[in-house]
Amino acid sequence: MKKFEKLTSAIVPLNIENIDTDQIIPARFLKATTREGFGENLFRDWRYNGDHTLKPDFVLNDPAYSGQILVAGKNFGCGSSREHAAWAIQDAGFDVVISSFFADIFKGNALNNGLLPIQVSEDFLSAIYTAVGKNHKAQLDVDLEKQTVTIVDSGEKADFEINAYKKSCLINGYDDIDFILNQKHLIAAFEQAK
Amino acid sequence: MSKTLVEKIWDAHVVKSETGFPDILYIDTHLIHEVTSPQAFDGLRKRGLPVFRPQQTVATADHNVPTIDQLLPIKEELSRYQVDMLTKNCAEFGIELYGLGHPFQGIVHVIGPELGITLPGKTMVCGDSHTSTHGAFGAIAFGIGTSQVEQVFATQCLLQQKPKTMKIEVNGTLGKGVSAKDIILYIISKISAAGGTGYFIEYAGSAIEALSMEARMTICNMSIEMGARGGLIAPDQITFDYIKGREFAPAGAEWDKSLAYWKTLYSDADAEFDSVLTFKAEDIAPMITYGTNPGMGMGIQENIPSTNSQPDKEQLSYQKALDYMGFEDDSSLIGKPVDYVFIGSCTNSRIEDLREVAEFVKGKQKAENVTVWIVPGSKQVEQQAKNEGLDRIFEQAGFQLREPGCSACLGMNEDKIPAGKYCVSTSNRNFEGRQGPDARTLLVSPLTAAAAAVTGKITDVREMLTKA
Repeated sequence: MKKFEKLTSAIVPLNIENIDTDQIIPARFLKATTREGFGENLFRDWRYNGDHTLKPDFVLNDPAYSGQILVAGKNFGCGSSREHAAWAIQDAGFDVVISSFFADIFKGNALNNGLLPIQVSEDFLSAIYTAVGKNHKAQLDVDLEKQTVTIVDSGEKADFEINAYKKSCLINGYDDIDFILNQKHLIAAFEQAK
Repeated sequence: MSKTLVEKIWDAHVVKSETGFPDILYIDTHLIHEVTSPQAFDGLRKRGLPVFRPQQTVATADHNVPTIDQLLPIKEELSRYQVDMLTKNCAEFGIELYGLGHPFQGIVHVIGPELGITLPGKTMVCGDSHTSTHGAFGAIAFGIGTSQVEQVFATQCLLQQKPKTMKIEVNGTLGKGVSAKDIILYIISKISAAGGTGYFIEYAGSAIEALSMEARMTICNMSIEMGARGGLIAPDQITFDYIKGREFAPAGAEWDKSLAYWKTLYSDADAEFDSVLTFKAEDIAPMITYGTNPGMGMGIQENIPSTNSQPDKEQLSYQKALDYMGFEDDSSLIGKPVDYVFIGSCTNSRIEDLREVAEFVKGKQKAENVTVWIVPGSKQVEQQAKNEGLDRIFEQAGFQLREPGCSACLGMNEDKIPAGKYCVSTSNRNFEGRQGPDARTLLVSPLTAAAAAVTGKITDVREMLTKA
């Protein structure tokens, strides 16, 4: 898994609540059997018209915005367990997703793939939108070690929570399978005792 | 120490618990299908690992399968490839597959229970969020992502934080024309699409205890639609009677031993939940959704809530949802014409659902403006429907009885709702584009769907029941 420590980047603001996994990557694009290539269909139906032309008013198509941080409204990633949602976001060049609330399975899938989900307060989320409203290229500074996210222009800073185990996985580039494979003797013993 | 049901099952499956780390949780049964498994099998190959416990893994093809002419090659190339890949992977890794043409094929969450694979006290996972369905038997069952599918393949375990527990009690008696689907749509509309996030929910109370097994599955199925990791119901005599005699259920001495254990599976009277909610069955009307997440639902006679009654920060998203649906603030949905009716999906494609619909439409005709698809959840449900003569009732009503699969629940197969059309659906999600790009979904119970099929418009089924 890709390592994550620090990132300073502009953001792509998507001020919508309850963004579900069907919007992130519609089901008809789940037919690939590898992990690559999902990025081009990220937010497919919001990005493209039926005739495959771009919808100019959608933020991902707006050249004013770019960056490795996606910022969205609360309950981001609700719906399906499809890990393709995390793959698509990552494949489109994002390393961090910020929201005021994440759906559980999405959050787990993101962490398992080195995509950092950062939950912030509603107020801090508003502060980010305000900053990017004033300056499209406003940057955020993400420090995983210190568990902080800072709006560079204003200096406003927020702490975020992350499970200590998952934090060490991200910093070291380990995944759960590496961890659990080392405990296989315990699993066999558990089965014996059952 | 007193424990909740979730804690009892969880604790019995912890291989290792260490401060600062998630628990290593042993998984009894791993269900797989064609969509979320290929990359996990690939991962095993890259690591040079076998499937650790192939006999605790069960596979079926459901998401991509056509529901007409199922034995012909799948027309859509990518769908065919994904299904073929599952066949190849199962053969290579020694996993039992109930693929197309097999008498046990069907939607993964329908076949587990009907085959007696789903049992009380088990831990079960699948790369599909509706795995929560199996909780109806008093099991810990939840959806996982593909990396976790690979983890279970490799170790039969998952790293998991112990979830918080919530009890949702529904007491009293349901009114005429109100069913399990209405109960769960009602609860989600009250607590929102995120109201259960982080919790495992135990459903209890007299209205839940009175439900059949299949109705209980409908409730647990949609736990994920309020963000919960899973939902479950303590097993009782209804559970045991349902399981007995099924294909893979314990039998003989094994049955007695299992039953003795299953009878210990309940939350202790003084067990503490992190949250408790209580609802009255009498308050629940036939429900319908008007928006683009399952929390946007209301009693069928109510008016769509106005945008300015929503919290300020949510008004933009709320208005976007109503615009997508083509609905307006404060309007009623009664009498609104519909284009499609879909009765199926892992929420409502079981034999009871089909019987209920058949009973209602017997001697009636579908309205001319509506296309009606009835999609059974499994080959066994399809066969049973035919044995009971339900197929003829559907045919006479002008309904299409198709072959089993996920069908128009999620638009991965050929069954899609055209852009802009309204579909009254018994499935579990009304997300934008869920049933096809720009399709508009209204979630309802099978009975309310049947009423829409017959009248061609959104109808309060209670009025038709009174007339009959």
